[in-house]
Amino acid sequence: MQTAQLGARLLVQGAGKQFGPKKVLDGVELHIPPGQFIAIVGRSGCGKSTLLRLIAGLEEPTQGAVILDDEEIKGIREDTRMLFQDARLLPWKRCVDNVLIGVKSGDKRKALEALRQVGLQDRAKEWPGVLSGGQRQRVALARALVGEPRLLLLDEPLGALDALTRIDMQQLIEDLWTEQGFTTVLVTHDVSEAVALADRVILIENGHIALDVAITLDRPRERDNDFVYFEKLILDRILERDRNAQRKESTYSI
Amino acid sequence: MFTRILNSRIAPAIVPILILIIWQLLGELGWISSRTLPTPLKVAEAGVELTKSGQLFQYMGSSMSRAFIGFAIGGGIGFLLGLLNGVSQTANRLLDSTIQMVRNVPHLALIPLVILWFGIGETAKIFLVVLGVFFPIYLNTVHGIRSIDPGLVEMAKVYGLRGYALYRDVILPGALSSILVGVRYALGFMWLTLIVAETISANSGIGYMAMNAREFMRLDVVVLAIILYAVLGKLSDTAAKLLEQWLLKWHPSYAKR
Repeated sequence: MQTAQLGARLLVQGAGKQFGPKKVLDGVELHIPPGQFIAIVGRSGCGKSTLLRLIAGLEEPTQGAVILDDEEIKGIREDTRMLFQDARLLPWKRCVDNVLIGVKSGDKRKALEALRQVGLQDRAKEWPGVLSGGQRQRVALARALVGEPRLLLLDEPLGALDALTRIDMQQLIEDLWTEQGFTTVLVTHDVSEAVALADRVILIENGHIALDVAITLDRPRERDNDFVYFEKLILDRILERDRNAQRKESTYSI
Repeated sequence: MFTRILNSRIAPAIVPILILIIWQLLGELGWISSRTLPTPLKVAEAGVELTKSGQLFQYMGSSMSRAFIGFAIGGGIGFLLGLLNGVSQTANRLLDSTIQMVRNVPHLALIPLVILWFGIGETAKIFLVVLGVFFPIYLNTVHGIRSIDPGLVEMAKVYGLRGYALYRDVILPGALSSILVGVRYALGFMWLTLIVAETISANSGIGYMAMNAREFMRLDVVVLAIILYAVLGKLSDTAAKLLEQWLLKWHPSYAKR
């Protein structure tokens, strides 16, 4: 897995999703070049998770299309892997066997190697039930990466972790991404996490892309003035809208 | 000293042993007439006598084979139907209400009908055990499959698990703890049904031994039969518990206690 493989190119063309009468996404246009790390931020219910599920092939768009390397996404693909907020390990399989689910050939050495990359080779024989939340998420990451995906989707994977574990995991994800070069889409509501990891941050509001910023900071990133500039830029955009909304409906309280 | 005994492995045996001692004493003192209840020693003597003649093992053997044949058939059908109705909504719509309707008929109420159909031979008793065992296993299999975390099933789909692999790696292990609860209930129903069936009509088995002894006023043998049922019930429950510990060793609340 040391050879840097090329990430997939992702094209979202006027994609929309409607659940009954409710439009969750409406005409989203997005072009993600191969190997880019993109973060999608937004308040809960803005449609960012739905966009991720469209890209994963777990849902079909009601309008437009999502295209991966000139091929329209219809259902689940083998070169796309997803990391969920809860690790979703099978509790009745030992760690190494959970990782093995991601190995098509069923080669156990590959699973052990993937566990080594996330620093858990010595827990390979443990049940997931005895691991901490961060360790479980690392096993899930190993399971996602062992199949050498060209596109990695992260659905708030660090949301349930404590602050210190979260910083560790961010570091790990960034390192593996640099090493393997897969295209990454991270959905998060933590703006500072998005700025810390992504090449580019997209803000989604009411099913539309409201903001598209390239984060032009060098890696590894430090929380200096420039970092705060980007963080403030995005946060202000999210919160400003909220203030307007609050003025109109004064009964709405936080 | 006392607390050490109360916390040790023999603690659950203390109360039954005390009861036996008191029972024996009351019998010896004549407070309980031997025509009401024979003393434990008399019961044990009857046990030894029947063991020597070989009858005891023959009776136990025929009771146990009925129990396990019935359990295998009823449990097997219950498991397969539960699997079908747990996985397929259509099958569930078609079959479940019928099964629930039959479930509400106490199966022991069918004894007269069953005797008319099958006579008093083996088939009748096995049929009743099948009926008694079927429902707990069916219900708990359906429930187990329904309560699998949908997140895990979605994860399995993302990783391309389909058909048999999905069943082997996700559905069956996910439903297993509930299925095993069904097995424990089913074992209880199995003995209950068998006792009633053998008592009413049989020409071999523990129930037959008890009814036969009643004709000759052999109270010690009757009590022996009751105790045998208790022991067999306890044994099968222990077996089910061991099965749970072995199959669910990944489960934090089933890990070695």
